[in-house]
Amino acid sequence: MTEIFGIPVQAFMGQLLIGLINGSFYALLSLGLAVIFGLLNIINFTHGAQYMMGAFVAWYLLNKLGLGYWWALVITPVTVGIFGAIIERTMLKQLYKLDHLYGLLLTFGLALIIQGLFRNEYGSSGLPYSMPEQLTGGQNLGFMFLPNYRAWVIVFSLVVCLSTWFVIEKTKLGSYLRAATENPELVRAFGINVPRMITLTYGFGVGLAALAGVMAAPIYSVNPLMGADLIIVVFAVVVIGGMGSIMGSIVTGFGLGVIEGLTKVFYPEASNTVIFIIMAVVLLFRPAGLFGTQR
Amino acid sequence: MAAVGSEVMRASRKAGIGPQRISFVVMLAFFVLGPLAMYPVFLMKVMCFALFACAFNLLIGFVGLLSFGHAMFLGTAGYVCAYVAKSWGFTPELAILAGTAAACVLGIVTGLLAIRRQGIYFAMITLALAQMIYFFYLQAPFTGGEDGIQAVPRGNLFGLVDLSNVWAMYATVLVIFLGGFLLIYRTIHSPFGQVLKAIRENEARATSLGYDTDRYKLAAYVISATLCGLAGATNALVFQLAALNNVHWGMSGEVVLMTLVGGLGTIFGPVVGALVVLAMENYLATLGFWVTIVQGAIFVICVLAFRRGIIGELARLIRKPL
Amino acid sequence: MLRKLGIAVAAAMAVGTAQAQISGGVVKIGVLSDMSSLYADIGGPGSVVAARMAVEDFGAAKKGMKVEIVSADHQNKPEVGSSIARQWYDTDGVDVIVDVPTSSVALAVNQVTREKAKAFLVSGAATSDLTGKACSPNTIHWTYDTWMLAHGTGGAIVKTGGDTWFFLTADYAFGHALERDTAEVVKANGGKVLGAVRHPLNTQDFSSFLLQAQSSKAKIIGLANAGGDTINSIKQAAEFGIVRGGQNLAGLLVFISDVNALGLDKAEGLILTETFYWDQNDQTRAFAKRFAPQNKNHMPTMVQAGVYSAVLHYLKAVEAAKTDDGTKVVAKMKELPTDDPLFGKGRIRQDGRKLHNAYLFEVKKPSESKGAWDYYKLRSTIPADQAFRPEKEGGCPLVK
Repeated sequence: MTEIFGIPVQAFMGQLLIGLINGSFYALLSLGLAVIFGLLNIINFTHGAQYMMGAFVAWYLLNKLGLGYWWALVITPVTVGIFGAIIERTMLKQLYKLDHLYGLLLTFGLALIIQGLFRNEYGSSGLPYSMPEQLTGGQNLGFMFLPNYRAWVIVFSLVVCLSTWFVIEKTKLGSYLRAATENPELVRAFGINVPRMITLTYGFGVGLAALAGVMAAPIYSVNPLMGADLIIVVFAVVVIGGMGSIMGSIVTGFGLGVIEGLTKVFYPEASNTVIFIIMAVVLLFRPAGLFGTQR
Repeated sequence: MAAVGSEVMRASRKAGIGPQRISFVVMLAFFVLGPLAMYPVFLMKVMCFALFACAFNLLIGFVGLLSFGHAMFLGTAGYVCAYVAKSWGFTPELAILAGTAAACVLGIVTGLLAIRRQGIYFAMITLALAQMIYFFYLQAPFTGGEDGIQAVPRGNLFGLVDLSNVWAMYATVLVIFLGGFLLIYRTIHSPFGQVLKAIRENEARATSLGYDTDRYKLAAYVISATLCGLAGATNALVFQLAALNNVHWGMSGEVVLMTLVGGLGTIFGPVVGALVVLAMENYLATLGFWVTIVQGAIFVICVLAFRRGIIGELARLIRKPL
Repeated sequence: MLRKLGIAVAAAMAVGTAQAQISGGVVKIGVLSDMSSLYADIGGPGSVVAARMAVEDFGAAKKGMKVEIVSADHQNKPEVGSSIARQWYDTDGVDVIVDVPTSSVALAVNQVTREKAKAFLVSGAATSDLTGKACSPNTIHWTYDTWMLAHGTGGAIVKTGGDTWFFLTADYAFGHALERDTAEVVKANGGKVLGAVRHPLNTQDFSSFLLQAQSSKAKIIGLANAGGDTINSIKQAAEFGIVRGGQNLAGLLVFISDVNALGLDKAEGLILTETFYWDQNDQTRAFAKRFAPQNKNHMPTMVQAGVYSAVLHYLKAVEAAKTDDGTKVVAKMKELPTDDPLFGKGRIRQDGRKLHNAYLFEVKKPSESKGAWDYYKLRSTIPADQAFRPEKEGGCPLVK
């Protein structure tokens, strides 16, 4: 049995794979944040709470309406996205002319409210959510037992991330969005409904968070605080990647997931701080982030 | 001509100072007479957090930098103070000094990292740094982890005054609070403070005038961190314990809330804000749940409709800075 | 007006001579718990319900004793808990505080209670320091503690064949203590600890750690963590087929509310130790039937049952001692043997440790369960004198 850095190759490969799985969640979440920030200049602190809402809506669909996982994948992002759009229309809109920090404070307050309400209603132990039947079980890959669901997570996130990147960077709609952020007046002069695009974009970013929540429901505990600490890690991911770069967040998300996964093997006690340490290092040498541009 | 001019200047300066003097007297009276009507321990907590909020406000109100990680200074000072008082037998004034010094050092280190960016980035970086510190304290043996450092002795101030007497402790906290408050006041109204305000208004212009804005920002950050540390160390002695929740990012959020409610960039705002937020928490604690929801709601309402905060609105009414 | 007041006072004094020593004429009980966060389902509002039921069942009204219950949320913050305790004792006339999950808050309240010479009945917190180096003549530790959990679960499992262990430990003082205590028991009973991995507190994803546990091939994977971490580990262990692969999970701190949150399909086969189960006998069932409708139809956890038992015994002691002075009542509580429908007969030691049986439970398979909350089957009973740490070993200064 050959060894890499003191642990057997099998175990190493297994941890690498697991790191990719975690990276998928980081990528999905930081993608949503990056889309919202990159295009709208809003820091969405509510992202963690919206991720949680995604998981809860999925639970609700399953346990109250009998609609399973596959339905949830479609319905949940739309529902939570609409909720996000409403927030944008009623509250965020008024803050655009002010310092961006107010947006941060508003979304922070909203996160507190949403999390508090859910905690009141559902307690904090969490709710059970069963794995969809088609994805139970797993493959014995020789070096580890890979649950099918985890493989699905990697594949699906990659698909979603790459499609988003494609839409924003390579299509006409995406180019309108990018232009609108740079110079809304000019774009409006071309007859494009800029406020509506902004609302849709926020809703889309929120939808991405909710989608991540649905994907998390079968494997992570569905409880009102599931997004609270996660959001800070995702912030660090976005800072490392460089806010404003879509591809940057995707690559950084997956990359950091892998690094965190490897830390869990070699020095598990540090696995929740390694991302922050990397962030500190990146800030020293490349303040704009690995893929970012100075804004 | 000159005599009239200078008299007008003196009059208008007095007019500007007047309301502030009155407010100061009101605040002083409140804290001196307060313990006769209200629970002294509660008021001591208010004073510590008022100092915390004032120090925080120095950074956001007068320099325009929103730090979302200020809890790390509160907590660090608390831990260091508690530890030296309990395990090394420091007298209270030395313990508080030790805590404050620790916060100062942490401020320099984190400031060097964070000042490199502005605005949103600065907020997120401070948040992440604070989170790192939180995890460190969670695992470090000297902090007692989840249990915290308990049963910290209040000791004898200067070896003479026994601080377990609640009135002695109260007087000490009052003096510390007033000292810190006046220090912040002097900082704001000094030439240094003027440069900070200039940086807040237009950093590029300040740079073009020859000011090394990064150094000024770092100085303000470190002063803010040090005074937060002072508040945290004093708080540890008041409650005789130092625990994790004072380093948690929720605490950073709370100080933002206090400053926002009271009035960003005002002098007395943070004090009022601290009083309001702590009173509300106290009241709600006996009711049960709703604390975070109400806090969140206040955030939202303040940001949307009440940005100037209580003192800010008051200042606008009387058209004088407060 | 003053005359009427004088007559009223005289009348009250006449009636109340039996209760002349009760401060303020009212026995005030403060239920201090986590009402809104991690432990709200374990203690929380349910503890308030339990306290109220105890007051009713004691028959305070009929005996002419005035009892009031107040409650507050300590939010798992020692500072908040300590302030509330201080304020309750100093200005609100509270005589006894009950529950308090979260060891750090309990230690702080323990300190304040000792200073003010009141009474503190801990049901929710786990640290065995409360009857060890932090023991106090004003505190009684009910329900459970870390020593009992470690020795109960650890010892009983090794004796039934689970002799190789791998630990999944939360990397903080509580997790370390739990791992250390359990490892000692395992080794003392002839078992082996094959390894351990420390994970950060509040970890979402355990796949990496579970993988390491799986490859160790230990028969038992000990979960030295609590709350959300335990739930996540169990959920993901099911996903990775750990139990199906022949290894068993031992939950070192699991409550029935956690099992409810997981669902039986994920939690089946989990081995844990508790001191109360609602479905054990007719008396516990009767209690649960009255309790559940007042608590969102959730069955009582052992913490909530502990609050009931503690308040009931406290009131009996107040009646017997004719006072609500904290130190005296606690001394009386240690004098009188305990007996209540939930924990049966027991007693309280000098170091403040309440003694009762502990039970090793295994979580049923979904097919074995007849309905909601029918979760446990009994594996073995650990008698009271073996379940808790021997008095001499705790280092409590009260024990001569």
